[in-house]
Amino acid sequence: MAALKIKKGSSSHSAYDLRDSHSQVESSHTLAVIVDNEAGVLARVIGLFSGRGYNIDSLTVAEVDHKGHKSRITVVTRGTEAVIDQIKAQLGRIVPVHEVKDLTVEGSPVERELALIKVSGTGDKRIEALRLAEIFRANVVDSTLESFVFEITGTPEKIDAFADLMRPLGLAEIARTGVAALSRGA
Amino acid sequence: MARQMTGAKMVVQALKDQGVDTIFGYPGGAVLPIYDEIFQQNDIRHILVRHEQAAVHMAEGYARSTGKPGVVLVTSGPGATNAVTGLTDALMDSIPVVVLTGQVPTFLVGTDGFQEADTVGITRPCTKHNWLVKDPAKLSETIHQAFHVATSGRPGPVLVDMPKDVQFAVATYTEPKAAKTDHYQPKVKGDLDAITKLVELIETAERPIFYTGGGVINSGNAASQLLRELVEATGFPITSTLMGLGAYPASGKSWLGMLGMHGLYEANLAMHGCDLMINLGARFDDRITGRIADFSPRSTKVHVDIDASSINKIIPVDLPILGDIGHVLEDVLKVWKSRGRKLNKSGLEKWWKKIEEWKKVNCLAYTASENTIKPQYALQRLEELTKKYDRYITTEVGQHQMWAAQFLGFEDPNRWMTSGGLGTMGYGFPASIGVQIAHPDALVINVAGEASWLMNMQEMGTATQFRVPVKQFILNNERLGMVRQWQELLHGERYSHSWSESLPDFVKLAESFGWKGMQVSDPADLDDAIMEMIAHDGPVLFDCLVEKHENCFPMIPSGKPHNEMLLAADAEVFKEGAALV
Repeated sequence: MAALKIKKGSSSHSAYDLRDSHSQVESSHTLAVIVDNEAGVLARVIGLFSGRGYNIDSLTVAEVDHKGHKSRITVVTRGTEAVIDQIKAQLGRIVPVHEVKDLTVEGSPVERELALIKVSGTGDKRIEALRLAEIFRANVVDSTLESFVFEITGTPEKIDAFADLMRPLGLAEIARTGVAALSRGA
Repeated sequence: MARQMTGAKMVVQALKDQGVDTIFGYPGGAVLPIYDEIFQQNDIRHILVRHEQAAVHMAEGYARSTGKPGVVLVTSGPGATNAVTGLTDALMDSIPVVVLTGQVPTFLVGTDGFQEADTVGITRPCTKHNWLVKDPAKLSETIHQAFHVATSGRPGPVLVDMPKDVQFAVATYTEPKAAKTDHYQPKVKGDLDAITKLVELIETAERPIFYTGGGVINSGNAASQLLRELVEATGFPITSTLMGLGAYPASGKSWLGMLGMHGLYEANLAMHGCDLMINLGARFDDRITGRIADFSPRSTKVHVDIDASSINKIIPVDLPILGDIGHVLEDVLKVWKSRGRKLNKSGLEKWWKKIEEWKKVNCLAYTASENTIKPQYALQRLEELTKKYDRYITTEVGQHQMWAAQFLGFEDPNRWMTSGGLGTMGYGFPASIGVQIAHPDALVINVAGEASWLMNMQEMGTATQFRVPVKQFILNNERLGMVRQWQELLHGERYSHSWSESLPDFVKLAESFGWKGMQVSDPADLDDAIMEMIAHDGPVLFDCLVEKHENCFPMIPSGKPHNEMLLAADAEVFKEGAALV
């Protein structure tokens, strides 16, 4: 029988998508899930991930359309190509889910996270912490004689780097929002 | 004209407007206002069950045999939690069921009130969707939406949780037409390019096979008719999953029988050796595929399904088509005919020759006995003596279920109700009641094992009360037969807790509920007894004492590929055939 003459690697919405789903290489994907902001919708999404054994690396949610009561859930997940496709299909069939966008497939998305980082210390360490904060464009949003709270915005990697530098300087507590992401371009 | 009414009245009105004629339920504190409304009307018949799990299985039987959604009404707390097994069963087998639950009043929600349970939380993973209605103004619209979601796309169970104060409150009733359902509209038409590609594959395939599932039946009678037309026109062999039996008639000339773990030799080897697999509404369940890596290794796989998440979930396919089976089959036929009905005739001829050789293995052969009733024999006789009737079959779960699938022939869709995905022991008896309620004059038989049957035996009272003449055909081997079989084959014959101890006297049990009870142990008496069972105008408990240690073959042991099937020791093994594919 003649082999299928079908172009491989087209979009995941195409009926002719023949990417190698046996691939065992895991990659990180940032998904934007637009949902009705109704009771239990976040539990549905999280329950899907835990019930089917998918990873959640980061998750943020907030209502983005107050009139239409739509929320945007940004979830960073990881898996093989087949698993990512399955996650998207499973999300897509949740009744209050309107749209599932794979921002990673659409092109490297703009990703930002906000963190509040408390650093305690005195003397040289305190001065060094403040100096590094300037380099990272972190703002001081609270200060006492023994501590600072820095506010920093950036990619998760930038926040990781800043937190790592603060660790020897007296990092006491860190709160992170998780990633908010948009695709680039119009 | 806007109509004002209480929440409880809205529930009954919404059910009427949705065309509901029967509901299965059990009252309790949190649904009393609705039961009060039910008392004051005659349009909807309420079947009082004896346990809420059975109510959902009855609704499943009703739904599966009619194509209409089944409706359940139960109270809060234990009423709702008892329904969970039924909901999960319906989710796994894509059966449209609407479950209405009472809830403690909104001001008590979250306080651990009496008979309070987090019903929407508990049932979130076992429903297609669920709702907690806190605003009386949204109650009727939500019920209409629930029916829409249950029956659209891939069908499934839904649940509406209604606090008691919402049932008492007065609000405006929303008519079905005014209910917002536009957001949930699954795509039914398949992509025409993909359909054309499928037709090209059909035209050239040398060794094709149709592998059909419950999706064909869910798609409706038209889908089954189109499937029959396509199979007859192409002459391709066809096999089906447990859930899909009846979509193509068992008497049809292209029928290979069921496939899978206990499927027929010819069906499994054809799946293994095919070059074109056309999956219509089946989902590559692990009971079908066996070892994934060796599943049908040389075939181009096409998968038509209405649920995108079923495609590429287990088996990566070459050509996915997202859509409703009926719509897609219509287009496939149209395109194939317009291109001149081409087929690879010489290839097909060779393929059928090979299949005929596999059929000669006679994989369902068993050693007959003059003294003991073999379960296979009992089912062969049941088939012979009942096939002319307007017949519906339900089953419990286990060996008897697989034998029923092997030995009974289904000529039409919606005639076979079984718990496929979840494998729920205790499903068949209540399901048979639901079927009989929908088809009062039909012959409804539940093929059961004694252990499964005992799991919902309390429903004998329901059958008596509502004069439901269901026939319970129990293949009694005093064993959990399938568990016993696995222990024999895979656990060194250590029969850990796999026998039925302290069984009741089924005849006396039947009589105590006003049923007819029968017991048969001699093969010579079997035919007369079956005829007596059929003739009896009322429910019958038929205790058929069968061989205790019979195993169900063929069997693909879990994790083995299709060409490593175990056959009964006395089946003539066709080694060459297995080696060739």
